[in-house]
Amino acid sequence: MNAPVKIETTLKDWETDQEVRWCPGCGDYAILKAVQRTLPQLGANPANTVFISGIGCSSRFPYYMETYGFHTIHGRAPAVATGVKLANPDLDIWLVTGDGDGLSIGGNHLMHVLRRNVNMQIMLFNNEIYGLTKGQASPTSREGTKSPSSPLGSVDHPAKPAAFALGSGARFVARGFDVSKKLPEVLTAAHAHQGAAFIEIFQNCIVYNKDVFDDFAAPKGAEDRQLWLENGEPMLFAGGTKGIALEQGRLGLTVVDVTDGDWETAGVLRHDVTDRILAHMLVEMPFGPFPMALGVLYDDPRPTFESAVIEERRRASEGKTANLAKLLGQGQTWTVDGTAQDPV
Amino acid sequence: MATAAKPDQDGLSETPETVVVRFAGDSGDGMQLTGGQFTLSTALAGNDLATFPDFPAEIRAPQGTLFGVSAFQINFGSRRINTAGDAPDVLVAMNPAALKTNIAALKPGGLVIADTGAFTKRNLDKAHYDANPLEDGSLGKFDVLAFDISEKTIEAVKPFGLGNKDALRSKNMWTLGLALWMFDRDRAPLHDWLKAKFRTKPDIAAANIAALDAGHAYGETAELAGPLKQLHVGPVASEPGLYRTVTGAEAVSLGLVAGAQLAELPMFFGGYPITPASAILHHLARLKEYGVTTFQAEDEIAAVCAAIGASYAGQLGVTSSSGPGIALKTEAIGLGIMTELPLVIVNSQRGGPSTGLPTKTEQSDLYQAVYGRNGDAPMPVIAARSPSDAFEVAIEACRIAVQYMTPVMLLTDGYIANAAEPWKVPDPAGFEPFPAKFLEEPRGEQLLPYLRDEKGARPWIKPGTPGMMHRIGGIEKHEQTGNIDYSPDNHQRMTEHRKSKVENIAVPDQEVALGETTGTLAVVGWGSTYGPIHQAVRRSTAKGCSVSHIHVRHIWPLPKNLGELLRGFDHVLVPEMNTGQFKTVLRDQFLIDAQPLTKTSGQPFQIAELEAAIAKYFDGIEGNEGGEVAVNNQQLPNLEAGHDDGSYPDAPFHGDGAVPSGQETDSEAVNQ
Repeated sequence: MNAPVKIETTLKDWETDQEVRWCPGCGDYAILKAVQRTLPQLGANPANTVFISGIGCSSRFPYYMETYGFHTIHGRAPAVATGVKLANPDLDIWLVTGDGDGLSIGGNHLMHVLRRNVNMQIMLFNNEIYGLTKGQASPTSREGTKSPSSPLGSVDHPAKPAAFALGSGARFVARGFDVSKKLPEVLTAAHAHQGAAFIEIFQNCIVYNKDVFDDFAAPKGAEDRQLWLENGEPMLFAGGTKGIALEQGRLGLTVVDVTDGDWETAGVLRHDVTDRILAHMLVEMPFGPFPMALGVLYDDPRPTFESAVIEERRRASEGKTANLAKLLGQGQTWTVDGTAQDPV
Repeated sequence: MATAAKPDQDGLSETPETVVVRFAGDSGDGMQLTGGQFTLSTALAGNDLATFPDFPAEIRAPQGTLFGVSAFQINFGSRRINTAGDAPDVLVAMNPAALKTNIAALKPGGLVIADTGAFTKRNLDKAHYDANPLEDGSLGKFDVLAFDISEKTIEAVKPFGLGNKDALRSKNMWTLGLALWMFDRDRAPLHDWLKAKFRTKPDIAAANIAALDAGHAYGETAELAGPLKQLHVGPVASEPGLYRTVTGAEAVSLGLVAGAQLAELPMFFGGYPITPASAILHHLARLKEYGVTTFQAEDEIAAVCAAIGASYAGQLGVTSSSGPGIALKTEAIGLGIMTELPLVIVNSQRGGPSTGLPTKTEQSDLYQAVYGRNGDAPMPVIAARSPSDAFEVAIEACRIAVQYMTPVMLLTDGYIANAAEPWKVPDPAGFEPFPAKFLEEPRGEQLLPYLRDEKGARPWIKPGTPGMMHRIGGIEKHEQTGNIDYSPDNHQRMTEHRKSKVENIAVPDQEVALGETTGTLAVVGWGSTYGPIHQAVRRSTAKGCSVSHIHVRHIWPLPKNLGELLRGFDHVLVPEMNTGQFKTVLRDQFLIDAQPLTKTSGQPFQIAELEAAIAKYFDGIEGNEGGEVAVNNQQLPNLEAGHDDGSYPDAPFHGDGAVPSGQETDSEAVNQ
């Protein structure tokens, strides 16, 4: 990918003339604004930016972005985006999906776009419910979620999007939530990452799954329940009075008290975004006994799929010319007068 | 040797016009390779030809079993050849199982060449023979040339120090040498090919050459001794020029490359392994210097979606599959229709439904191609009639896709994909270019991504173009701005726009392939039935029947004059390898009384079957026309052999040649 030229824009430049049609109070509004605020800061070029989505509430996102946009079919956005990126690696692609679109019908494609490491930002809006089809339980719904399709409460175990991404081979995994002021920071880090950058964004569905993330996202007591990760910094929360340390005697994390800011004595770990093992532990950290790990959990780039494809094509074409006449006449040929030709 | 001596219908004269040879052996005997090389030598001798490779679905079927038999049939001659031949004149049987599964097909008086070395008790048991058929007189109505090919091969390669097992791997080259002698063929190209193939292993090359030469020498000796005679098949009169052999899969690949070049676009090919379509992915994967990107996706859906994404970004998106895979792609094809992006979908049809017959041929995806989507989703459909025709048809598919901003389905089938025929190499300078145009500035004050041109096509706008940002998607959109618009009148108009765009695609008028433009009977075909229909109509005409052959390439939209043309005949017969799908389309579109002739055994039509069906229109008996062709167990694919489990030993790509081959292993010998 060529180094993109930075463009000066304002938030307004990224808004379309289309009326936004999410329910009043939907978390999607906040995410839309966060994205529209972030892109000018990145110096992004609207003409070079493509938003690609699947189906669902979140997937209406491209219609509200004054960029190129492709609202595809249910679950298939990662596959479409892979084709777009391979055809034009210079495009800056943002993929918008949800918990149903990305983890249920499109789980296979999400796995493979992460595994291949196609350079794009993947925003998975997780509201733990099917919104656009009127409130059925989704693959991230908690056990016991009552919905039209699970009136007695859902019985299946929820998937963990960040764990799924990490398990699929993602080299960037982050978390944020819709109304968080830190969301633009997370988006900026994702954009800076060369490769598939996966961002799970907890999003409040005001109609079908209202306030389901309040236990950690509500402003009151947020300090005690949110662990915002900073690379190289100690993993502290609750105003620096608690931290995350390694458990003694077994491989695991534990919450420790920190007295007088002496986190080193308390054994608090520094966050290392390149530590894959730590990332696995952070995404698996059960909320309740632990705070919710937010921010950049993992960021360790490696060569992208499209760069490998381009390089392969370059090597394969080296010293060869695209001569169609020669190609058609390849192999063992003959002329009608019966003279056999040597194999070309 | 009676075969060579008998000039009657049952045997072969010393200068036959056409000959059908079937090589049959164990999967490990290298019959596909033998057939492929024999095909090449036949082409080099100037004969016209058609082949039918048939191999078991099992990658390594147990040795000596009936279902492990691999066969390769070739029909060649000094006149135009359109089919692989109804029944063989010569059967080469490398083991008892090969004899058992193929002997019924051999013409009475035909020649059996058998390797007695492989007719052991163990192999006879595996083939369920109670007694050795070479010795019990059961082959009385044929000429039998049975001798120990295995032993003679071991003897021939002895100087090269190979163990018996390795030496036996050259058995097929020995047999090929004999076949070359039998038809008076030049060995030099084979020597060259072996040397090139085993460039790094000169000993192996020399051993195989020795085996080939020994087989050839044996022919000479045997002739001196009496039974075997050399046959001479003259060259066919052909247009002067450069020729090669080509399979349908190769021709499709080359046509797609040419089509992308004529459109001045890089090509993006999204594929997923499936029989019998994978060969296209394999061919294209080696053509990166032609601006081709191949992408082996995680599934069929991703393959087509990535192709759509590439088209959206300004390349020519192509995907390929067979029936079950096409079914999976269907929703995405609808997206391509809705967003009006170019896309070529190649369907190499096989027997269905579901997994069906993965390695056998059928034409049963016509409804799927023409009608098989949700919503009113019109899509052009075109069909290749032969391996070489697939080249032109692929270019035509690219042209329609790019000029009309639409997905196009190209239909081939398992027979076309695998079969080889000679092809006069075209000069690309003669192709009409159709460069793709991208809209880079709004036409007028406002950007209108769905404002159509005179063809009904919307503009192609590449993301990355400054000032042209817009949104597209699968939701119904406003007929000019492309913004979401569910309003009733807009949907009605958009439905009409999509329909009329496809209906008005410029399609050449239908011509008559053979015969008059009016008459008693029109035999209307599409796809790979071209060869047998053509020959059957030729023979029927010679008998005095008023019959014409019409072969339709453009299935949707149909040629504008087709209805009128068909009305010029008293009867219309539509032979198809399905239960009558094209017949239904013709009835629907033209309200004509098209009668079906169906065959759904996974085998191509035989000329004789079609000739018999045509004859019914001229026998004076009312109402016995059309109908269903009975299963023919003597034909390839042989029903006793090659049971399918869904897998498929695909022809490996040979960078050095255009010759199809069957299984190939990592072994050093030529025959595996």
